[in-house]
Amino acid sequence: MAETESSSEYIQHHLTNLTFGRLPDGHWAFADSAAQAQSMGFWSINVDSMGWALTLGVLFVFLFGRAARRATAGVPGPLQNGVEMIIEFIDDLVGSIFVYKNDLIAPMALTIFVWVFFMNLMDLLPVDWLPMAAGWMGIPHMKVVPTTDPNVTLGMALAVFVLILYYSVRRKGVGGFLGELAFHPFPKILAPFNFFLEGVTLLAKPLSLGLRLFGNMYAGEMIFVLIALMYSSFWAFLGAPMQLGWALFHVLIITLQAFIFSVLTVVYLAQAHDVAEEH
Amino acid sequence: MELAVLLYVAGAVMLGLGAVGAAVGVGVLGGKFLEGVARQPELLPMLRTQLFIVLGLVDAVPMISVGIALYVIFAVVPTAVAGG
Repeated sequence: MAETESSSEYIQHHLTNLTFGRLPDGHWAFADSAAQAQSMGFWSINVDSMGWALTLGVLFVFLFGRAARRATAGVPGPLQNGVEMIIEFIDDLVGSIFVYKNDLIAPMALTIFVWVFFMNLMDLLPVDWLPMAAGWMGIPHMKVVPTTDPNVTLGMALAVFVLILYYSVRRKGVGGFLGELAFHPFPKILAPFNFFLEGVTLLAKPLSLGLRLFGNMYAGEMIFVLIALMYSSFWAFLGAPMQLGWALFHVLIITLQAFIFSVLTVVYLAQAHDVAEEH
Repeated sequence: MELAVLLYVAGAVMLGLGAVGAAVGVGVLGGKFLEGVARQPELLPMLRTQLFIVLGLVDAVPMISVGIALYVIFAVVPTAVAGG
């Protein structure tokens, strides 16, 4: 990159996904800029987010599978130790929240926690390393943190929402589920008002789940990029301590957000399984 | 007023109000947590877990507004300035 770019161009470059889609004139290609990516509309996919999300998911399965296959009752190695710690943690968590019978919940909570944690962890890599390496290979944009892409977080939240609806209908029946929406918390005569209130609560669940993770990660990555901008100015000596400080705080944030996403998933699914016994 | 000026003010208002909401909410939550731990110190681990869960819920909407505000400031303003 021989030409110098302005600071806002640098920020723009780091905020642009590698989008593959159908351009307005009909042919399929990678977008060169954010405006072009937007013109692709629905028929586009953020290849970098998908690629990193799938890679990290495969890494999770591979690591945990390897720990499980080599599990020994003797003195455990570090991998088995770490995996056991995480599994016990999730087991306690799910056991205390989810009191019904469903074999899907605990593995799903584990998957969500570890997968979201791995995706968030990519944010701790220095901002320029992977995009620069990708640039040398000819890839124009590369955002390595999938959870800064609202498509990824809202997609996961949508999957959780589908599960909420599926289990609600399976446990209570369609009539029971709609009745629960219409008849709580006010008496039946106010059914439309109830339905509106409960409908908003129901829709707020996946929306807040997805956007909470997105907002946290996007803001975190943004601050890393902004501090990285300082390295080209007089204040460059402040850059390293600030990056370090923010990265240390961010370690807390990524773990917390992964934990909250999985806890809330389990809580919402427990609510979906909850059959009201009165009346 | 120019579009870019309005967008910057919008981003600033979102960030500011989000900060106020988050600060007040987390402050009250932390105060209750400390009170609870002072009453029953043996419940500290359990209360700490619950603290983090509720912290995530309280922080959710302010964080969402921070994300949107940063997007407006850094991604919408340049395209507004360039394209109009």
